[in-house]
Amino acid sequence: MSSVFEYAPAPESRSIVTIAPSYGLFIDGAFVDGTGESFTTVNPATEEVLSEVSAASDADVDRAVAAARRAFTRVWGPMRPADRGKYLFRIARLLQERAREFAVLESLDNGKPIRESRDVDVPLAAAHFFYYAGWADKLEHVGLGTAPRPLGVAGQVIPWNFPLLMLAWKVAPALAAGNTVVLKPAETTPLTALLFAEVCQQADLPAGVVNIVTGAGDTGRAVVEHGDVDKVAFTGSTEVGKSIARAVAGTSKKLTLELGGKAANIVFDDAPIDQAVEGIVQGIFFNQGHVCCAGSRLLVQESIHDEVIASLQRRIGTLRVGDPLDKNTDVGAINSAEQLARIRELSDIGEAEGAQRWQPACELPAKGYWFPPTVFTDVSPAHRIARDEVFGPVLSVLTFRTPDEAVAKANNTTYGLSAGIWSEKGSRILQIANQLRAGVVWANTFNKFDPTSPFGGYKQSGYGREGGRHGLAAYLTGADSK
Amino acid sequence: MTHVLDPDALPGATPTVHAPLPPYDDVTRSDAAFRSFLHGLPGVDQVGAEARAAQLGTRSIKTTSKAWAIDTAISMVDLTTLEGADTPGKVRSLAAKAKQPDPSDPTTPRVAAVCVYGDLAGVAKDALEGTGIHVAAVATAFPSGRASRAVKIADVRDAVENGADEIDMVIDRGAFLTGRYLDVYEEIVAVKEACSRTDGGAPAHLKVILETGELKTLDNVRRASWIAMLAGGDFIKTSTGKVTPAATLPVGLVMLEAVRDFRIATGRQIGFKPAGGIKTTKDAVKHLVMINETVGADWLDPDWFRFGASSLLNDLLQQRQKLRTGHYSGPDHVTVD
Repeated sequence: MSSVFEYAPAPESRSIVTIAPSYGLFIDGAFVDGTGESFTTVNPATEEVLSEVSAASDADVDRAVAAARRAFTRVWGPMRPADRGKYLFRIARLLQERAREFAVLESLDNGKPIRESRDVDVPLAAAHFFYYAGWADKLEHVGLGTAPRPLGVAGQVIPWNFPLLMLAWKVAPALAAGNTVVLKPAETTPLTALLFAEVCQQADLPAGVVNIVTGAGDTGRAVVEHGDVDKVAFTGSTEVGKSIARAVAGTSKKLTLELGGKAANIVFDDAPIDQAVEGIVQGIFFNQGHVCCAGSRLLVQESIHDEVIASLQRRIGTLRVGDPLDKNTDVGAINSAEQLARIRELSDIGEAEGAQRWQPACELPAKGYWFPPTVFTDVSPAHRIARDEVFGPVLSVLTFRTPDEAVAKANNTTYGLSAGIWSEKGSRILQIANQLRAGVVWANTFNKFDPTSPFGGYKQSGYGREGGRHGLAAYLTGADSK
Repeated sequence: MTHVLDPDALPGATPTVHAPLPPYDDVTRSDAAFRSFLHGLPGVDQVGAEARAAQLGTRSIKTTSKAWAIDTAISMVDLTTLEGADTPGKVRSLAAKAKQPDPSDPTTPRVAAVCVYGDLAGVAKDALEGTGIHVAAVATAFPSGRASRAVKIADVRDAVENGADEIDMVIDRGAFLTGRYLDVYEEIVAVKEACSRTDGGAPAHLKVILETGELKTLDNVRRASWIAMLAGGDFIKTSTGKVTPAATLPVGLVMLEAVRDFRIATGRQIGFKPAGGIKTTKDAVKHLVMINETVGADWLDPDWFRFGASSLLNDLLQQRQKLRTGHYSGPDHVTVD
């Protein structure tokens, strides 16, 4: 950054949110102590312990599923759809009213910049509730016949990258469709889910409709494998997704998986370069690159490679890395020591395999988990950083010469979640988009989300769609099916 | 880039006398060549440019940074009066304000220039003698630019003779919108020539007003910026202040990207002046942030960046008083002009 115009610290106050020294589980409308061992959740920017959280044991999960079943059979299932909608609208409004609280808590627990939690995560989470609230009494128009029915109890396991937003993606359509849920937030980011539990109480949501069980992998497994769960929804790593698919195989449970990605962001020589550079930055450094649909592979046409890279490096030099609660921070902390180790390992492999690492001069805080924005050039499709999901602020740059080559390279991945195309030529965008094997294709933009738009993957990025009308189909069964 | 058959591009054809700086010294060799050059510039995606500008607008500038930004912004103001009702008295009063923006606080910086119509440049010059504050005069049949080239040139010469240090010209938007880019270019070159002084003094600085509110698209803004820079303009300026919208952040972003790219390619730095519609300290700070993060600190200087404004100054002064005293004053605590 320049030295003449330094931005003074502009920290968002954390006094707006009260974090309890310890939290129990949210089961049947009340906070109860878990019987498993408790664990701590830390602020990844400072390594400060924020709170102690119960890990739900198998017995706790049993209780939660039983509460959800009871609420489904007695209250939520029989309720008039329009009334279910009212509860969802109420939750959406409460999320907006308490937006600052949620944003600060999300940044504290996750490490993401307050600019993003304030401007993206929380407003989008509220928007999902508003959107699905509107669907609650219109389910006969989803496209599953005139009398679609809810599935019952949904077991939902969500990741740490967008804790509240992923909760909204899961809970809002499930509830709108008439299901009840048992949700397990990620081990490193349970706090906003627990605050959401308070919102459920505040909204007078009937007991047992939403149950939140915190914990690590074992708790997740107990939720997914529980015999009385009718539907499993998971967002997270492909590895865990595969084990869930195996666990669910042979049961009557419905399953949706939203897993990893290694998205290609394709920049043609007729692209709007300045906006493409913004899109590349937004694509890979948004949320520290902890985004399953991150544009982690930049495919740039050879003829403009040098110009784009120079422009990109200049732009990355202006990114402000640091205190997530500072309103001027662009890139926050890596969520956990474990994830930081993985990013470091893959980056070191990238260098060892012959790619050129570039990082801007930037000072990282002494404590906490940090990794600077990183660009690898001279990456070949055979390098691991071009194939493995890094899930961090690491961009791999590859080149192409012709549109065919761009498509071939973009599709040459075991994933297929998202892709981006940058060109001022509309016909080219349409032609390329049709050939890309990715669930979402952005044109002249990247990482744009909207509750009306379905989201999901091809291949090892998972199956099923979340968002939009399609997202409801995962929580309903048509009158003509079993 | 599109390739257009260019019948005028004969091998060995002599370039025009006022060829642009290398590597662009042959792009004005013909209408067709110039058009294909301008249309070959990377396009601007409007949605993306607006999103980026909005994002820069969310920076939170507080305490010491705010104090610095306010003083810097004051020192960059071209304090402007461009009314049919302007009189020598009004101009002298504005000049007095330029010298001492806040009589209650002598540490307040002076503004960069006073901007008036050409016939009053002499009055402003006398009133500002020895202060270092520049006199800028609008010329070339400002604001519409609808007059013959001879009249426009005479307008410029008159303002220069009256002592203007800086000339704010308007481009021929009619010619631009009909695609006669070379006409626009040649007119700027001619105006630039008219900025020289007969007494051998330093030529007046030339600011080229694109009137972006009439060009409408950001692609046009980028092309017009390049025409002005190639023709030798020292500054590119958004607007006359007589057309709405005027200096919006997305337009500023595209123009800053143009001056940035131009310096990378040619080594010559061009200044930028948003004018019209910047009324509050918040607007001004957003512009400073945009400069800081688009072209960098080299432009954070009155030599390279100006605000064309009239009411902005008083808002800056009130915010400055607020930082000093801790409370907001009212409009009567700053002078009307």
